Amino acid sequence: MTSADFSIVLPEFLLAVYALAALLFAVYTGKDKTAGLITWLTAGAFVVVAAIIASRVAGAQTAFNGMFVDDAFARFAKIGILLAGATVLVMSQDYMKKLDLLKFEFPIIVALSTIGMMVMVSAGDLMALYMGLELMSLALYVLASFRRDSVRSSEAGLKYFVLGSLSSGLLLYGASLTYGFAGTTNFAGILAVVKDGAPLGVLFGLVFMITGMAFKVSAVPFHMWTPDVYEGAPTPVTAFFATAPKLAAMALFARVLHDAFGGISSDWSQVVALIAVASMFLGALAGIGQTNIKRLMAYSSISHMGFALIGVASGTVGGVQAALIYMAIYIVMNIGTFAFIMTMQRDGQPVTKIKALNGYWKVSPPKALAVLFLMFSMAGVPPMVGFFGKLAVLQAAVAADMTWLATAGVVASVIGAFYYLRVVYYIFFGSDVEPLDKTKGGVANFVVLIAGVVMLVGIVNLFGIDTYAMTAAEALVR
Amino acid sequence: MTVADYAFYLFAILLVASGLFTVVARNPVHSVLWLILTFLSASGLFVLLGAEFVAMLLIIVYVGAVMVLFLFVVMMLDVDFAELRGGMAKFMPFALLIGVVVLMQLSIAFGDWHVAEGVNVAASLGDIQGTEVHNTAALGLLMYDEYLLLFQLAGLVLLTAMIGAIVLTLRHNPNVKRQNVIAQMHRDPAKAMELKDVKSGQGL
Repeated sequence: MTSADFSIVLPEFLLAVYALAALLFAVYTGKDKTAGLITWLTAGAFVVVAAIIASRVAGAQTAFNGMFVDDAFARFAKIGILLAGATVLVMSQDYMKKLDLLKFEFPIIVALSTIGMMVMVSAGDLMALYMGLELMSLALYVLASFRRDSVRSSEAGLKYFVLGSLSSGLLLYGASLTYGFAGTTNFAGILAVVKDGAPLGVLFGLVFMITGMAFKVSAVPFHMWTPDVYEGAPTPVTAFFATAPKLAAMALFARVLHDAFGGISSDWSQVVALIAVASMFLGALAGIGQTNIKRLMAYSSISHMGFALIGVASGTVGGVQAALIYMAIYIVMNIGTFAFIMTMQRDGQPVTKIKALNGYWKVSPPKALAVLFLMFSMAGVPPMVGFFGKLAVLQAAVAADMTWLATAGVVASVIGAFYYLRVVYYIFFGSDVEPLDKTKGGVANFVVLIAGVVMLVGIVNLFGIDTYAMTAAEALVR
Repeated sequence: MTVADYAFYLFAILLVASGLFTVVARNPVHSVLWLILTFLSASGLFVLLGAEFVAMLLIIVYVGAVMVLFLFVVMMLDVDFAELRGGMAKFMPFALLIGVVVLMQLSIAFGDWHVAEGVNVAASLGDIQGTEVHNTAALGLLMYDEYLLLFQLAGLVLLTAMIGAIVLTLRHNPNVKRQNVIAQMHRDPAKAMELKDVKSGQGL
């Protein structure tokens, strides 16, 4: 333990100090009256920390005896997590105020959970992995039941908590089996021990750990919690669930598989490929019958996780790069869509029925157009950014001799396109029902439009994220 | 067999048996009591391993604090456990099937179990056991030095739990009269009381 260790964990440390200071400040001053201020400050703190991380020089450093790794991969994921968190915080304020949920604890819990995610993506040790994961999850359980007077929100929180604890238990059991074989919890140590094939016991440990992580990314067959939690939690919380934690969990998935079990990729790639195929198809098929747009987004995210897992399953540099690009695009699409869901209201009350969108384009043509771009992008229709994300993972699968996986991805993508196009159909051609309110101003409206524009402008060069993702992937896959 | 071996089997059998009874006991209060016995047996095993500090921690924290809280919760909540169990019979065959399959798979893994070559888990703990440093002190040295990051993160997890509990349960009811300590302390006997001289035989 030296000062060098501390300089490596500086971003996490700063964020933790900020969270404690903000908590004390709010408790001893105006309490919930300061909520608006704290929300903006937290978003600002996220951006500052992201800037600090971005300013770091290339190369990998480890701290605390290899427990904490700071490499290009971790930095890519952390910047994504922080920016997604900041955007969600800023755009959710108006909605939270309307539901009388604007408490100062909200941004602080989001900040604590973000610290957990940052530790997760930087974990170089099974114990650090678990601490980060629990810090993130515990904060998310609280957020899910944040609207405590609503039965659905409480149910969402409880369900998430019980199933989340179960998955943590499975992950820990897997970690203990791995430790029992390797005699160390350090990823580098495990990698050195399992490089010439792993015995059955370690494979069991690996499978249990994959189970725990698949739960966190809500991949089939560990997805059961997703629709209920997405529907029950307040919409801003759902927006947060669908973005930052997903990126963190996916990055953790890739890190554990490559950093600790990189030598036996042939053993895990088929497991991950199976999970990916199941997620893509279940997400695409089960979304068809949904009438609630938040549930629809839950199945959509299950399907998207399947696509990102294709990249992880291919086990190559190109695969990890594709998964990172896919996740970055997925986050932007989801932020835009959830910003739109937050602005869906009738007579000032939030609405989540998909049918309520009938004839929406007459209410607000620019927003309707932005949603069109977002939905096309999610479906993977060629001129939009989402298409290039899907293209990247499918190319990675083909390059890794997994053509069957790529074919399955194309089929699932075509099936899934149905429900995205249905939303667009309702907006532009749906028969008139009582129209939704025309909401003016507000950050959320602005975010919808920006996200819509990004879907179109991004096709020029994807804002250069592919080169950053390449650097990140090269840092991970050795 | 040495005394330690006998003690091991005693504690191990007690642990498994009381764990089983925790699950199958009909009365939830009995379940809690069985669980306490489980923890006590586990702490006995820790003592046999030479981890006195962890053993004492288990008794003080789990038996002393957590289980007593549990007992209160179980006694205060009016939960009909028989009704909750009613649904279980329906899923029992399926659950048993899955349980047996998992058990068989795990036994395959256990049959093939071996530790990686050149790895000696006990040796990595040697520098604690070999030195004259006391068990508790050795743990402290590890925790505040090598595992400082994890220790601090655990602190953050607990803080999150505390904030979460407050956010989800604390309600400020405006109709409740609260104690105002400052006002209480600034009360002056001269102003608060009035002495009246009542003549005997007369009322006020």
